[in-house]
Amino acid sequence: MAKPKVATTSLAGCFGCHMSLLDIDDRILKLVELVDFDKSPIDDIKEFTGQCAIGLVEGGCANEENVRVLQDFRKHCDILISVGDCATMGGLPALRNTITLEECLNEAYLDGPTVYNPDGVIPNDKEIPLCLDRVYPCNEVVKIDYNLPGCPPSADTLWEALVALLTDKPVSLPYELIKYD
Amino acid sequence: MSDKITFTIDGVEVKAAKGQTILQAADEAGIYIPRLCNMSGLIPYGSCRVCTVIVNGRPQSACTQPAAEGMIVENETEELLTHRKNIVDMLFVEGNHYCMSCEKSGNCELQALAYRFGIAAPKYPYMFPNRSVDATHPDIFIDRNRCILCARCVRASRDLDGKGVFEFVGRGPNKSIAVNANARLKDTNLDITDKAVDVCPVGAIIKKRVGFAVPIGQRKYDTKPIGSEIEAQNK
Repeated sequence: MAKPKVATTSLAGCFGCHMSLLDIDDRILKLVELVDFDKSPIDDIKEFTGQCAIGLVEGGCANEENVRVLQDFRKHCDILISVGDCATMGGLPALRNTITLEECLNEAYLDGPTVYNPDGVIPNDKEIPLCLDRVYPCNEVVKIDYNLPGCPPSADTLWEALVALLTDKPVSLPYELIKYD
Repeated sequence: MSDKITFTIDGVEVKAAKGQTILQAADEAGIYIPRLCNMSGLIPYGSCRVCTVIVNGRPQSACTQPAAEGMIVENETEELLTHRKNIVDMLFVEGNHYCMSCEKSGNCELQALAYRFGIAAPKYPYMFPNRSVDATHPDIFIDRNRCILCARCVRASRDLDGKGVFEFVGRGPNKSIAVNANARLKDTNLDITDKAVDVCPVGAIIKKRVGFAVPIGQRKYDTKPIGSEIEAQNK
């Protein structure tokens, strides 16, 4: 029987959660015995090659590309997991949610104290994904099956949850593994 | 002869002195009833409803309800756990609780309750309200993004410090903590040694220049759930 497939992505995140996944250290050898990686920055596969058992999503949705990728993950993953506080609640990018998008762009490209932008242009190329009005937690865009909180979730948290799901056991994390920081 | 009152919590017999609340008697008996706005030393306020228990079939806040002879109290039921989780969920989504960058993380009672209840994420949508920060005081700041309106600082300043620095203004979703001066925190007589500065269960009132002093792993609730110190008396 073919190994189940796992896909991962980082939306509006910092890749810290992916770093934490690498922190499982030598257990990564056991993980490779359990699963194959599909679309993921870990193996640099850019598009889904088929249906995956588990999708790990880091980061919330800050632009239209994030939304498209997230919807693609929902379509191709049987179980979709919000990994980390950004995916779960927006995280630090969501600090802009109480400020209008126009104010954010003006501060970043025109008014900020370190800005050098003699033409006064706010980037608007059609190749650049459009920013959303605010940052959306993943579960406001698609259905999310599990949340693994933390900034980042510890390697043990990721490992315990993955192994439980891959061996058909319930995900019940011990006290030390549910942390919001 | 005895002026002790006897009642039961989840079938366990508990003794209370006359005038003690259900919560005080439970604490002495080593039974933890989760609470947020209540704090030993402050006048019970009964606002957060986390300590709600079922007394003779009716919901009551354990921090304000005096113990009475023969009362039957339910505490650890599925229904009450759901109720308490819902309150904690709502408190998280109606503020801006960025635990990852908060000085109080690891020592925060709201966070600790969520940990104890095993909440991975709130079930309600986040509201991202626009709230203000007052950092005008040289030693202390208020971050209203994190305030849960427990009124501990209001009570401590009024009843323990004799100052009345804090009070609520506004109603409903616009309710917020304010200071007695017409202006900002620096215009008040709040001092860093005031009890009101130490009672905040979350990171809304913070002393400047002392954050992040304790490393992750050694903070109050990193390894031991909130309430375990009360339950430890029972073992």
